Amino acid sequence: MSSFVSQFKTLAGEKTRDLRHRQVIRTALRSYEVVRDKRKAAFQSWEFARQAAAETKWEAVNHLDTHLEALVAKLEARGTKVHWASTGAQACAIIAQILRDQKAHSIIKSKAMTSEEIHLNHALEQEGFTVVESDLGEFIVQLRHEPPYHIVFPSMHLTRGEIQDLFQKELGDAPSDSPEELTMVARRVMRQKYLTADVGFTGANFAIAETGMISITENEGNARLTAALPKTMITLLGIEKILPRFADLALFLPMLATAGAGQPMTCYNTMYSGPRQPGECDGPEAWHVVLLDNRRTELLADAEQRDALHCIRCGACLNVCPIFRNVGGHTYGTTYSGPVGSVITPHLRGLQDWKHLSNASSLCGACTEACPVKIDLHHHLLQNRRNASVSEPAFFERLAYKLFSIVANEPKFWSLAKKLGWLTQPLQKAVKGSALDPAKAWTKTRDLPPMPKESFKDWWRNRK
Amino acid sequence: MFRRNRMTITLFIPCFIDALFPRAGISMVEILERLGHSVVCPEAIACCGQPPFNSGYWEEARTIAGPVLEKLADAEAVVIGSGSCGAMLKNFYPELFANTPQAELAKKVSARTWEFSDFLVSKLGVTDLGAKFPHKVTFHDGCHGLRELGIKAAPRALLGKVRGLEFVELMEESCCGFGGTFSAKFPMISTAMGEVKCAAAAETGADYIISNDSSCLMHIQGLLSRQGSPIKTIHLAEVLNQQ
Repeated sequence: MSSFVSQFKTLAGEKTRDLRHRQVIRTALRSYEVVRDKRKAAFQSWEFARQAAAETKWEAVNHLDTHLEALVAKLEARGTKVHWASTGAQACAIIAQILRDQKAHSIIKSKAMTSEEIHLNHALEQEGFTVVESDLGEFIVQLRHEPPYHIVFPSMHLTRGEIQDLFQKELGDAPSDSPEELTMVARRVMRQKYLTADVGFTGANFAIAETGMISITENEGNARLTAALPKTMITLLGIEKILPRFADLALFLPMLATAGAGQPMTCYNTMYSGPRQPGECDGPEAWHVVLLDNRRTELLADAEQRDALHCIRCGACLNVCPIFRNVGGHTYGTTYSGPVGSVITPHLRGLQDWKHLSNASSLCGACTEACPVKIDLHHHLLQNRRNASVSEPAFFERLAYKLFSIVANEPKFWSLAKKLGWLTQPLQKAVKGSALDPAKAWTKTRDLPPMPKESFKDWWRNRK
Repeated sequence: MFRRNRMTITLFIPCFIDALFPRAGISMVEILERLGHSVVCPEAIACCGQPPFNSGYWEEARTIAGPVLEKLADAEAVVIGSGSCGAMLKNFYPELFANTPQAELAKKVSARTWEFSDFLVSKLGVTDLGAKFPHKVTFHDGCHGLRELGIKAAPRALLGKVRGLEFVELMEESCCGFGGTFSAKFPMISTAMGEVKCAAAAETGADYIISNDSSCLMHIQGLLSRQGSPIKTIHLAEVLNQQ
């Protein structure tokens, strides 16, 4: 068993027993569901919108090469410096070099899961730079020295009381547990950071090939300040963030807001097309855009699962996932958690190390139903399971299925198996849930159904 | 009145209905025969092959599913009292047998396969079976029936005609946590999901949880029984067969 799977099982065991955690997450997501459904109903046809979005992303991803070239040509024409990074380490090195060139000390960041993916904060802090997260949720988890719990709601696992305690301890200021007052505390701290930061760092929600623009959506205005105040701006994005046309945003912005947070539109939607131009009075003097591959092209090469690159990181699949709801975001041990994380992490970080996430699913399909860009998520989990067992079959599991197929194909053996099951029932009851019980994975928490003496097939034969 | 268009229906009995819940299978036979159709049941079929398929062992799954396809080759209609096994035949067999000599057969059988409640309502056009079940009930949609096969209205239409039955919907549409081998590979997650389901059922105040999938009910009943809950579980076919 890899260390990743044993860690997953240990944490899953802890979290599933934590009834307070279950309640906090359930309450948060129940209210999300209510507003999401209200916003979905505002679409003339949510299903048609999903189909249109899936087709647009299909076009973007299947012609990624030409769209990327178009994007870069437009960005460079307006004076943006574009960098290509094959790996996370390369991206970190590029960004660190930009900071050194600028003689920068402090960086203010807006929310970017891609930076979590490449462990940017850690890499920059190792080199002596100061990094401050400006998204409130990210700011909170940064103070706790933990990764985001959820790709959209980084600190949804915390109650306001816990945040009050955290602010008191780390910032020495937390007048009450009111969200407004706590936000004001964070705001006071952050305002200073914006003014003193040498570089502003952002992620991206979409990159428009047609116009050479980066689209950033946010609810707090922090990304705008991050982009506007420091002299240098750096934007990191995965190459799959492409949308072909500017007009595509008319669908994708409300769709992202609806699926992600049950909002009609995110509060602030900004399109960035270049650094400060001659004659303009504000904006960064220099803008660096770092395009990250980090094995996305390997996923692109997999025709069966290529649609996983459609993901717009809305988090809708996490929100509806009964596994996520019970084990929580940190248990996955991945940047991208929930169903989409279970699908793509084996591609990004290795199938054998991360296949357990594809097995840790009842294949209920709630994720696929929720995905606004129609990624076939739960079927991809099945495909990951198949790919994992083909490349490295588990000896005993395969043997068990070989034996099972012999029993299933021979009625005499199947009858015998049923008879044995019935005969050994008293024995099963005696060892129930103990170490001697071969079914203890089940019987530790659940009873087995009583086995009738007469099976359906017995009844069928007798009546004829 | 039901004797028009008499069909020969091939009943596919999933392994767990055969071994653990024969009453569900017997009820299906009795209902379909009462409607004037003749029922056959290939005795040599034990399993659809879903356990190895879902675990990623597609070759072993084909070893089981290949002979199943041959035995169902001439069936007029294949009816299955489980959305899960139904989805296996209907949706996954064509994928499992793609680019194999049995690809065409898999598509043919898929097109003739029906989940039991959907077959009654959509194919036979029947909703009132004259059943009586004077209890407060709720309904659990098995995920495969609900999302792979898109069946939600049929069981409700059938239950709507049952005399004395009081129907309460569950507050949330969530998985019971069974998931086949998932329940043994990740018992802690599976159990937590089941607990959420049982709590939702308890909230309704229902005496019975009905489902069109015995495998989900096996999981839910396993938890209820361990919790000492008075709520009982029962397959839809058994309810519809209560005269």
